[in-house]
Amino acid sequence: MSVSAIHDDHHDHGPAKGLMRWVTTTNHKDIGTLYMVTSLIMFMVGGAMALVIRAELFEPGMQFVDPMFYNSMTTLHALIMVFGAVMPAFAGLANWMIPMMIGSPDMALPRLNNWSFWLLPFAVLMLMSTLFMEGGAAAAGWTLYPPLVLQTGAAFPFTIFTIHILGVSSILAAINIIVTILNMRAPGMTLMKMPLFVWTWLITAFLLIAIMPVFAGAVTMLLTDKFFGTSFFNAAGGGDPVLYQHLFWFFGHPEVYVLILPSFGIVSQIIPTFSRKRLFGYSSMVYATASIGFLSFIVWGHHQYTVGMPIEGELYFTYATMLIAVPTGVKVFNWISTMWRGAITFESPMLWAIAFVVLFTLGGFTGLMMSISPADLQYHDTYFIVAHFHYVLVSGAVFAIIGGVYYWLPKWTGRMYDERLAQLHFWLTTLSVNLCFFPQHFLGLAGMPRRIPDYALQFAEFNAWSSVGGFIFGFSQLIFCYIVIRCMRRQGEHASDEVWEGAGEHGLEFTLPSPAPYHTWETPPNVH
Amino acid sequence: MKKLMTLLAVSGFAVAGEASADYALNLTEGVTELSRDIHDLHMLIFWICVGIGVLVYGILVYSLIHHRKSKGAVPAQFHENTKIEILWTVIPFLILLGMAIPATRVMIKVYDTTGADLTVKVTGYQWKWKYDYLDEGVSFFSTLSAKSNEARQMGSGIDPATVDHYLLDVDHPLVLPVGKKVRFLFTGGDVLHAWWVPDLGWKKDTIPGFITDGWATIEKPGTYRGQCTELCGRDHAFMPIVVIAKPEAEYREWLAAQKGTAVQAAGEPATSQEKPSDHQPEPPLAAAGSSEATSPAPAIGEPLTQEVAMTLGKEVYESHCQSCHQANGEGVPGLFPAIHGSQVVQGPLAAHIQLVLNGKPPLMASFRNILKPQEVAAVITYQRNAFGNSTGDLVQPADIATH
Ligand code: HEM
Ligand SMILES: [Cu+2]
Repeated sequence: MSVSAIHDDHHDHGPAKGLMRWVTTTNHKDIGTLYMVTSLIMFMVGGAMALVIRAELFEPGMQFVDPMFYNSMTTLHALIMVFGAVMPAFAGLANWMIPMMIGSPDMALPRLNNWSFWLLPFAVLMLMSTLFMEGGAAAAGWTLYPPLVLQTGAAFPFTIFTIHILGVSSILAAINIIVTILNMRAPGMTLMKMPLFVWTWLITAFLLIAIMPVFAGAVTMLLTDKFFGTSFFNAAGGGDPVLYQHLFWFFGHPEVYVLILPSFGIVSQIIPTFSRKRLFGYSSMVYATASIGFLSFIVWGHHQYTVGMPIEGELYFTYATMLIAVPTGVKVFNWISTMWRGAITFESPMLWAIAFVVLFTLGGFTGLMMSISPADLQYHDTYFIVAHFHYVLVSGAVFAIIGGVYYWLPKWTGRMYDERLAQLHFWLTTLSVNLCFFPQHFLGLAGMPRRIPDYALQFAEFNAWSSVGGFIFGFSQLIFCYIVIRCMRRQGEHASDEVWEGAGEHGLEFTLPSPAPYHTWETPPNVH
Repeated sequence: MKKLMTLLAVSGFAVAGEASADYALNLTEGVTELSRDIHDLHMLIFWICVGIGVLVYGILVYSLIHHRKSKGAVPAQFHENTKIEILWTVIPFLILLGMAIPATRVMIKVYDTTGADLTVKVTGYQWKWKYDYLDEGVSFFSTLSAKSNEARQMGSGIDPATVDHYLLDVDHPLVLPVGKKVRFLFTGGDVLHAWWVPDLGWKKDTIPGFITDGWATIEKPGTYRGQCTELCGRDHAFMPIVVIAKPEAEYREWLAAQKGTAVQAAGEPATSQEKPSDHQPEPPLAAAGSSEATSPAPAIGEPLTQEVAMTLGKEVYESHCQSCHQANGEGVPGLFPAIHGSQVVQGPLAAHIQLVLNGKPPLMASFRNILKPQEVAAVITYQRNAFGNSTGDLVQPADIATH
């Protein structure tokens, strides 16, 4: 990609001073930073909850927490990781990178942008405050299935309101991203020239707009069932508890793709740079992403193979789910072909991207196994699926985010992170994530159900390993925090404008100075 | 870190003695045709994944080794190849087609519940199972065995390793005949649960207000253990399933013994749904391997004495009320109200009876069809005179019948 950029650096007014800068900012970089910092904090909070879970599961017997609190931990851990850590991280990356990548001076709707961020901290604070309410926080799992969820105490309406706010925040962010991408591209930046990260976010944004209202609707129906005497999900009043599951997973399955598509985008940015070769099969990547987006709407029933659907439904969802493996496979093949006969180097971002390809694919394999509905009658609601979704979400989504942070951090801060520490962080994380989650495959197959605070003796060894892995994983992330904070405090070597050898070939963002000035592309670049 | 490793080593040794022999890496083949079919499907898709994995990871690793810049690799210029892209779209599709065919065949079999020799209705409750042998009029509850239940309390001081089948043992197992097609009907009494015995090959959700089904023809006599797999609240981990498969003749014997024990003390759940007065008390559930002693039960309809009501009431309380209202009757603030000092318990009797009989959806099950009038009378008597309540009331089965 060649660019003739005209940088004009006079009237480059910087940010306002003090705290109000962050409260009132409409600058996409500030808002990106806010999202990323919030995400990192929530990642640590959600992680602490995971460690409560892993501590209790270290040995058979109940050692530390009441089963009710344990259930609250699994529920909040999942909600916080999904809505407080991974989604905000993507939103942060979108804010920082999309304008810089498409040659736009900012997001299309800057005030809306501020609003959609600032809803977020209040929503997660409200969610966490439910821990201190009478009856404890919601404890029915992140899926919030009725009738169980209706047994929640005072936390119930607050949990639902949290979801409403998070939904509004996501929808606003999604609208902003779509409008930005469709209207703010630099001359010459046609759709089929956009970096893959932009493409994957565009598709993700459409998914978000389609699904968040469904989720909001479903939980509102829970609310009216509990407080206003409706019976949407109550058989005694003519309703059906399984209806909620259909609504939830109509949201939930596309949601898991909301959590992975931007990761596909990040990895598709990183791998070409460090292979020194163009992305293989760019257009098939775009089409594969779009078909995954489409398919994600028609496979939700694979979460409900055991509810007693008619066999036609069961088989339909089986076939549709199996189909998803095809475009997913295409993506993996494309990444590997990009590396094939490249000139590969192994800086930290590349390490994370390679680990992503390997471990995400592993999660894809178990996904494929679970798509076979008769086999899923055994796998469902066991640790096998816990292993599956942590492979795709932790060593998938989270790895891509961390890789993306290492990739762009020098551009954001103007400082190179400490490569030796970063390599340590990578290896500790990768080894421990496998120690934590790989044994869970065996646990599930051997018969351990998920969401239990105590288990039979034959599950003891693997659980002990898993807990040790979990703790190493958790504490390794402190290294990451340290590395990031150092860069943010402008410590460490200066980064060059290009940051990575030849990166200017792979993205407009690397043709800008490091650190990226407060305002960029006030005059759009010309993309050939 | 070092400390953790030592801890791990120690705990590894500690459990190694009892448990290592048991642990499994793979899905069980189970003891039914379905479970074997499903196991085969599982292995087939597993090996397909291994095959693809070896290929994909092999190429990746080769590339990472040979196409490194440090080895002087010069990047190639290619970035697409329509032929190969079509190929790697079509080939996976064909592999999937190959998987879909056996999967469909097995699924159709799973759904074929016709021609069953007997039907058992399974109802999930917080946190116990109820089994109804529909054609036999035998029904009972099945809850976590007392030993496991004691050991699993926080600070119990009991090492789980000393408990036989910790968390996988129940007071009254489900007994089934070998070689007969058993149809299961599932429903939920309060919230969702799921009934799973891995050796039978599948699990099924139990949904309040709806009936789902499944079937199994168990081929080998033996004891098969499983658990609830749908999160159902506080004690989700503590409502295991035990199936004992017996040869037809022994099963018949067991069944006959159950019918003989029509009237049971509360907490000894084998009951008949036929007219209860036809039967006389008998030694309960010996065939099912229950080891607990039982108190002699008064025949139904017979007035209760205060003493009998309190003993029976305590048993009923422990098996049906305690998991929510707690052993000390203090409940769980914000979720489950205390019995101690409760307005209902200390108030008019009629309201108390109504509450127990009708339940409080979605929090508390209706006990009208779970407990017998005698048991309801006893437990209400107990609640009104325990946990610091002292109404002095003695409730009789006849009082219940009028509600
Ligand atoms: C090849 C692609 C995939 C297939 C075929 C697949 C298939 C499945 C199936 C069948 C289940 C339900 C299992 C059960 O409950 O018994 C499941 C669960 C799940 N999957 Fe995937 N999956 C794939 C990729 C992904 C990706 C990319 C993500 C997210 C990044 C993901 C996240 C999840 C999550 C979070 C659950 C569990 C949800 C819950 O019950 O709490 N999966 N997957
Ligand atoms: Cu899904």
